[in-house]
Amino acid sequence: MARVVFTANLQRHVECPAAETEGATVREALEAVFRGNERLRGYVLDDQQALRRHMAIVVDGKPLRDRVHLSDPISAASAIYVVQALSGG
Amino acid sequence: MSDRLAVSTRKGLFWVECDDGDWRVADVDFLGDNVTLALHDPRSGYDYAALNHGHFGAKLHCRENGVWKEIAAPAYPPKPEGLVDRDGWGKDIPYSLIDIFSLETGGPQEDGVLWCGTIPGGLFRSRDHGSTWQLIRSLWDNPKRQQWMGGGTDWPAIHSICVDPRDSAIVRIGISCGGVWETRDGGNAWECRADGMFAAFLPPELGRDPNVQDPHRLAQSQSAPDRLWVQHHNGIFRSDDASASWREITGVQPSSFGFAVAVHPRDPDTAWFVPAIKDERRIPVDGKLVVTRTRDAGATFEVLCGGLPQEHAYDVVYRHALDIDSSGDRLAFATTTGGLYVSEDQGDRWREITHRLPPAHAVRFVP
Repeated sequence: MARVVFTANLQRHVECPAAETEGATVREALEAVFRGNERLRGYVLDDQQALRRHMAIVVDGKPLRDRVHLSDPISAASAIYVVQALSGG
Repeated sequence: MSDRLAVSTRKGLFWVECDDGDWRVADVDFLGDNVTLALHDPRSGYDYAALNHGHFGAKLHCRENGVWKEIAAPAYPPKPEGLVDRDGWGKDIPYSLIDIFSLETGGPQEDGVLWCGTIPGGLFRSRDHGSTWQLIRSLWDNPKRQQWMGGGTDWPAIHSICVDPRDSAIVRIGISCGGVWETRDGGNAWECRADGMFAAFLPPELGRDPNVQDPHRLAQSQSAPDRLWVQHHNGIFRSDDASASWREITGVQPSSFGFAVAVHPRDPDTAWFVPAIKDERRIPVDGKLVVTRTRDAGATFEVLCGGLPQEHAYDVVYRHALDIDSSGDRLAFATTTGGLYVSEDQGDRWREITHRLPPAHAVRFVP
């Protein structure tokens, strides 16, 4: 199962412990997490369900390529880090 | 008279209270977070706070029975595939909440109704105390909306919402930059109502177009609601006919540039402004923080400086950061450099409550 880890700075606003999740893409992995934590969605994605402008995702050490559809493929061993982009201050 | 102020700042929501004539910071909520606006709803007793976390987006919180809880923030609908939607500068409009830029209650009889103006230009209404929000499609789908532009923000911003005290179905909003718009039927039909304003920052052929004006703040007299005041990017404007037409108020010293305006609750001819030099130099004239006041509908102005710093003051007062209470005697404003000032006598004298707050977005008297 892929592992999703959220920035610690987000924990102050919405509970979001690291999660083991399934899916073939980053989108599918995150959707699985959001199903049990709908409020978290709005902190990571914008109204069009794209990655927020000042958020970043790192998949197995590489920055997410598709910030709109989150279609980057993942494997069962993937580590997905949802972090803040420093561009946001 | 209100003895309580909600001061929304870059680093928290500060509650400032008057006790035996002594104003002090009594409490703070959301310490460390960027609170952009606060609203008290006298119908329900609820408090609302708009936050913008930057990375994590704009959020809305409601305090009911003393407990804050995050509630739904207005959300934009899915952008249709292939749709080209650009602002007046040709920039793509994001279909996403960038910021909550105005928040007001509906009329006294409209229990639960809230209006919310946002960046990038969507107006929302809730009928259930903010639990759910509906985009006002009649305004969003108006093709004229695509002429609007950002003014001080990347995209158009609805910063003022005035529910007419005679009829809650009549609502006027101020947009930077999209002029003043009015609905007379509760939001079904809208008209631009900024005739007479001009924008010196645009080429002459565009400058008088009502739909591209940059009113920084719109305020309506509660005692004579046909009278409205606007602090505009290019000066001060007044309407005597319920926004059908506007005339510029000229000759205001030391400057007619600014962001905020407050109107006396019972005297439509009395209004206050906090001037800065000009759009390209947004600091007080000569480093002196002053308030200007007219008591004759703009024919003359007084410069009020009693108790305000008169040297090396670089405070700017944003559009939501000046307020007057229901008595008409007590005013308050907060500044970008963390100053909070209160007057008990319509601005003749000011008292510095603190100059150590975080940069202030908004000030509101709360019952």
